[in-house]
Amino acid sequence: MSGATPVGFRDRAREALADPTLREALLSIRRGWPRARARAIARLPEFDALRDRGRAIKDHVLAHLDLYLERFERAVTASGGSVHWARDAAEARRLVLEICKRAGARTVTKSKSMIAEEIDLNAWLEAHGIVPVETDLGEYIIQLAGQRPSHLVGPAVHMTREEITELFARHHGTPPSERAEELVAEARRVLRRRYLEADVGITGANFLIAETGSVITVTNEGNAELTHGLPRTQIVVASIEKIVPTMEEAFTLLRLLARSATGQEFSTYTTVVTGPRRAEDLDGPEAFHLVLLDNGRSGMLDGTLRSMLRCIRCGACLNHCPVYLAVGGHAYGSVYVGPMGAVLSPVLYGIEKARALPEASSFCGRCEEVCPVRIPLPALMRYWREEAWRRRLAPPAARWGMRLWRHLALRPGLYRVASGLVARVLGLLAGRRGALRRLPLAGGWTGSRDLPAPEGATFTSLYRKGVR
Amino acid sequence: MNEAKSAIMERLRQALASEDAGDARRRAVDARLARHEPVLVPARARVEGEARIALFTEMAEAVQTEVQRLDSFAEIATATAHYLRRHNLPQKLVAAPDPLLDAAGWEKQPLLRVRRGNATPEDAVGMTLAFAGIAETGTLMLVSAPERPVMLAFLPENCIVVLPLSRLDGCYEESWARLRRHAPRPPRAVNLVTGPSRTADIANTLTLGAHGPRRLFALLVPDPEADGPEPAGDA
Repeated sequence: MSGATPVGFRDRAREALADPTLREALLSIRRGWPRARARAIARLPEFDALRDRGRAIKDHVLAHLDLYLERFERAVTASGGSVHWARDAAEARRLVLEICKRAGARTVTKSKSMIAEEIDLNAWLEAHGIVPVETDLGEYIIQLAGQRPSHLVGPAVHMTREEITELFARHHGTPPSERAEELVAEARRVLRRRYLEADVGITGANFLIAETGSVITVTNEGNAELTHGLPRTQIVVASIEKIVPTMEEAFTLLRLLARSATGQEFSTYTTVVTGPRRAEDLDGPEAFHLVLLDNGRSGMLDGTLRSMLRCIRCGACLNHCPVYLAVGGHAYGSVYVGPMGAVLSPVLYGIEKARALPEASSFCGRCEEVCPVRIPLPALMRYWREEAWRRRLAPPAARWGMRLWRHLALRPGLYRVASGLVARVLGLLAGRRGALRRLPLAGGWTGSRDLPAPEGATFTSLYRKGVR
Repeated sequence: MNEAKSAIMERLRQALASEDAGDARRRAVDARLARHEPVLVPARARVEGEARIALFTEMAEAVQTEVQRLDSFAEIATATAHYLRRHNLPQKLVAAPDPLLDAAGWEKQPLLRVRRGNATPEDAVGMTLAFAGIAETGTLMLVSAPERPVMLAFLPENCIVVLPLSRLDGCYEESWARLRRHAPRPPRAVNLVTGPSRTADIANTLTLGAHGPRRLFALLVPDPEADGPEPAGDA
C-alpha cells in the first residue's frame, strides 16, 4: 500500500525474526510449495528442457521488444480494444482513473495484479472517490487488514487462520467462522455482491500475446473471469515485458509457471481474453482497455539487468530463499520481495533506498537453481552490491572494514600473520570446548548456537608442516 | 498518450539498436508470428485413443473433477439427473443454448427443469459444452460464443461440461490449432479449466469453491454423429 519503502529493512527484519506467528506462517511455506514443486517436476522429465526453451523465448522477445509491442497494439486495436501507454506509475494511475471516470465507475473489482500494486492503484482510486475491491482471496484479506502482499503467489501467506477469523468477524459483522471452508464461503458471499455491482473490472496479465492481442490471466479461484466477465468495462494493467509472440510460446511458459509456483500441473483457470464482447455474445465487457507500463523496464534492456525481465512471477525464488523464509515479505518494504525483489526494487525505488535488499543474501544460489527461466539472481544481486559500492552508499564502518580486508587480502604474508593471530585467539578463548558461546558483534549467530572455533593453526601453516 | 508511446519506443529502440542488422529483427518477428509450431510437447501428452481418454480421466480426477463416460449424447440428461441427486441438488439447471445440447435426451427426464441461456447469480447448476479437452493435464477448453456464454462455467456452484470425445486432444497446442482452424481470430474468452475453483489463501489449506464452482463434472460423450462437424462457432 502507499508509502512502501525498502528503507529500514534491517529493523523490520529484526522485528520479523522475533515474531513467532510469522515464523509459523513462513514454516508452512517451507513445508508446502517447495515440496509440491519438486514432486511436480519429478513427474515431468522434460522440465529442464522446457526451462531452456522458456529462457530462449523470453530472450528472443526482449531482443525484439519494440517490434512485438507494435504488433501487439495493432492486434488489440483490431479486436476492438484500446492500448494506453504509461511511462511511469503516475501516468498509469492517471490513465486508469480517466477510464474509470468515463465509465462512471463507483466501484471496481480487481483481480490480483502486481502491476496495480506497483503503481499503488488502490490508494489512488480511493483518493478519487472510487472503491476498489480486491477479489483474490489473499488480496482481499490484506486489503481488509490494510497491508501489502507478502508473497507473489500467496499475498496473505503471513497471516494465520486465527488472524483471518478475527479480521472477517470485524469487517463482515458476522459471528466468527473458524474453519477454512467457512471463511472461504463467507468471502465468496460477500464478494459475489461486489462482482455484480462493479462498474469496472481491473485485472493484471500473466502474458500478452503479440499475434492476437490477447491477455492471459492465471488464477485458481476463478476471480479473474468474474472480474473481466461481469462489469461493463474491463481494464488490464500490464508491464511491457509480459509479451510473448504466439500462444505456442505461452503454453511453454505456462507449463513452467504453475509447477514452479505451487507444484500444480496446471493452474485451475488459464484464460485468454481478446477484446470486448462480440456483437451476439451474452456476456463480457463492452469496452476493453489495456494500460501498458514501462516504469524503468526499458532502462533494464541495455545491460546486465536485462535477464531480470525474463521473470514470470512464479515465486519459486522466494519459496527457496533462506532469507525470505526467515524474515517474510513485509521486511523488504517493497512490492517485490525475495531474491527477485532484491533485484527489481532498486530499479523501482533507487539503489540509494533499496541498497539493503541485494545485501540480504547468503548467496546460496537456490534462487537461480529453481528459477524456471534461469535468471542469474545471485549475479544480479552482486551487480547491485557493486553499484552501491561504486556510488559510496555503504556506511563508513562497512567501507572501512572492506578496505581493511582488501589491504590484507592483497598481501598474503600479512594476511597469514593476521589470520593466524585471529585463529589462535579464538582457539584460546574457546578452550577445550572448541566452541564459543558468545562473541562480540556476532550475537545473531551465538544467540541460538555456539560458534565452532578454529583449532589454533591456519591451513597454510599446517600445509607447510606437511600435515595432509 | 502518444507522447508516452513514442518515448517508450525510443528508449527501447536505443537499447536494442546495436542488435539490429538491417531488417533482420523485423524479419525474425514476422517469421516467429507466422510459425505456429509447438515449442516442446512433453512425451506424456503424445497418447492416442483409449490411452488418451485414460490420461485425461486420471489427470482430471487428480484435481477433483468428476469424470463420467457416456455411450451417447442422449444419456446426458439422465447422467445429469443422477449427478444432481447424488449431491442433494434440486433437479434444475441452466444449459448453454448450443444446438448440440438439444440432443441431450431431456425428454427422458421430465422432472429435470432446464433453462437454456446464460447463468444468473441464482443458478446453482450450469451446463456448457467444451470446445476441446486436453489430456496432458485433464483440462477442458471452453470457448465463448453466443451459444456458449462464459458465465455458465463461473457463476453457479456446480458446473457440468460436456466434452465430445472427437475433440479430446493430447496437448494444449493441438486444441489451439483446432481453434485456429475454426476461427482466424480468437473469440472474446478461451477458458482452460482444470478442476473446480480452489484457494489455499487461508493458512495454506486447500479449499474448493473460492469464487468459481465448488464442483466440476465432466461428461465424456461420443459425437452425436460420427465424424461430426466442428462445433458451431462464434463469428
